[in-house]
Amino acid sequence: MAEVKLANLSKAFGDTQAVHDVTMTIANGAFVTLLGPTGAGKTTILRLIAGLEQPDQGDIMIGGRSVASDTPAQRNVAMVFQQYSLYPHLSVRDNLAFPLRSPLLKTPKEEVDRKVAEVADVLKISHKLNNKATNLSGGEMQRVSIGRALVRSPSIYLMDEPLSSLDAKLRSDLRIELKRIQESLGATMLYVTHDQIEAMTMATHVGVLDEGRLVQFGTPREIYEDPVNLYVAGRLGQPRINVLPADMFAGAPSGAKTIGLRPEHIAQGEGKPSQIRRVEHLGDQTRLHLSLEGHEIVTLSENRATYEAGDTLAIQPRNPLFFDASGARIA
Amino acid sequence: MSSYSITEPSARQKWVAGSLVIAYAVITLLPLVWILTTGFKSPNDAIAYPPKVVFEPSLEGYVNLFTTRTRVTPEQLEALPPPATWYEEIVRDRDMVIAGPSRYGERFLNSVIIGFGSTFLSVFLGTLAAYAFSRFKVPLKDDLLFFILSTRMMPPIAVAIPIFLMFRTLGLSDTHLGMILLYTAVNISLAVWLLKGFIDEIPREYEEAALIDGYTRFQAFYKVVLPQAATGIASTAIFCLIFSWNEYAFAVLLTSGTAQTAPPFIPTIIGVGGQDWPAVAAGATLFLVPVMVFTVLLRKHLLRGITFGAVRK
Repeated sequence: MAEVKLANLSKAFGDTQAVHDVTMTIANGAFVTLLGPTGAGKTTILRLIAGLEQPDQGDIMIGGRSVASDTPAQRNVAMVFQQYSLYPHLSVRDNLAFPLRSPLLKTPKEEVDRKVAEVADVLKISHKLNNKATNLSGGEMQRVSIGRALVRSPSIYLMDEPLSSLDAKLRSDLRIELKRIQESLGATMLYVTHDQIEAMTMATHVGVLDEGRLVQFGTPREIYEDPVNLYVAGRLGQPRINVLPADMFAGAPSGAKTIGLRPEHIAQGEGKPSQIRRVEHLGDQTRLHLSLEGHEIVTLSENRATYEAGDTLAIQPRNPLFFDASGARIA
Repeated sequence: MSSYSITEPSARQKWVAGSLVIAYAVITLLPLVWILTTGFKSPNDAIAYPPKVVFEPSLEGYVNLFTTRTRVTPEQLEALPPPATWYEEIVRDRDMVIAGPSRYGERFLNSVIIGFGSTFLSVFLGTLAAYAFSRFKVPLKDDLLFFILSTRMMPPIAVAIPIFLMFRTLGLSDTHLGMILLYTAVNISLAVWLLKGFIDEIPREYEEAALIDGYTRFQAFYKVVLPQAATGIASTAIFCLIFSWNEYAFAVLLTSGTAQTAPPFIPTIIGVGGQDWPAVAAGATLFLVPVMVFTVLLRKHLLRGITFGAVRK
């Protein structure tokens, strides 16, 4: 395992600037999640670190050494692709053993067998080891693909939405399992996801990307509670943050254009009266869809109170976030 | 039911379709059956009119194909010791004795060397070139691909005279190497284009995964791309072999003694000792076998789709 540093990394494809001047340090043993919509440059950053793409500018250091001119094999990284990319002509066993048998590692046969069995056991695919890689369900393929990375001890694991194609149960099981493995190995991991729960629960640090730029880098709580701008604030939070005109409530600092209210930032019982449009019972929580002066607001019901559509509910902000006209956070 | 629904064809439709397929098969197979049976007829049965469908099978055609024979007088025949083998017996019945082996075996071997040699070379070079065209930034890629294709835009025989002169100057006339190079040159455009199509369909993620798994580009090509291109390589090899195996015009022009292949040799049988159609038919029948065997051996690779599906699209 090693520390990975990106310094002023840029990469363009034709006219599209996929990665723009990204500087980031992934500490040894850190679990860093990259968040951002499709096209934000998440996958490109992984491919640049892996050596599958050459940067236009900037440098990549793994363990304090520049790897810019190294081949992917020399960089000793492991990657899980979003497409499973299992070798279709090989069995599950041979797929898992493939990196170990490479000229880079040249692992002795007994050790290959031992490691493959170990990883297959962790990922619960031991009974499928002799299957053809094509003769698996989507979830099993993705587990084999994760397994192919885990058999190695690379300087960093790169994972590109590895759980996105799994069903909810398997996804939460594997999420916990991956985090456990990462902690027990002390592995350095860079993980791309769309999923807030994955980002919040697994990561030690989150990097938020917007059109190739790294907008904010910090712990999950920092990103959630202290976003630098409206874009970052909108990336995390389910239901999403409510964005309202700043003059709607008293107390906005000067220059504030909008106010950002997370669902839990709305105090109920005092303040401006709003209409309840819809009530959603999700079991563990109840969502209220409110209408206030023509603006839609989503919040969570407090105190287990029961409401019905058409009721009136007085609300006021609690610890709101303020943003200026450009979207930058001002308070 | 919408007009797009998939339904089981009716019994009548099946019957019509089946009859059409059978009729087509009969029409295409008839000449083959004709050749096959003629090979086992006696020379008289072979030219009988109306043609004999039922006949007494004879191996005379095959014996004549592999031997050269001399006519002898009945007195000379009497003086000879009794025939030692079944084929000598067949020849003696026609008042002849075996003078030696014919050159068919040699010519057949030439066909095997040249046909399979050029097929191997075309597919080998074609695969490497197709991989490069498919994966790397090759300067003037489209122009190069068009240039390669353009070599097929005229019949190869149109350049027969320049090739003849070139081969004579380079000492390649009537050599195995010369014919292998010539057929490779003709086949390579087909090989590059066909294989590029197949390799384009293999997702790059496989090689990228192999590169990250610690393999070099060439090892990734060899261990990951090649097994998945097997289907394409097999069908390309069959196409290349069929061309070089059957090629006649260049073989007539450029070979005579050492490197002559079977196609120009078979017709020359006719001139030796009368119109020996059974021997010609026997030569043609045997000549069909290698391509048939090759195709049957590779047929499982011709089933497409076995390697696809492990990458989520």
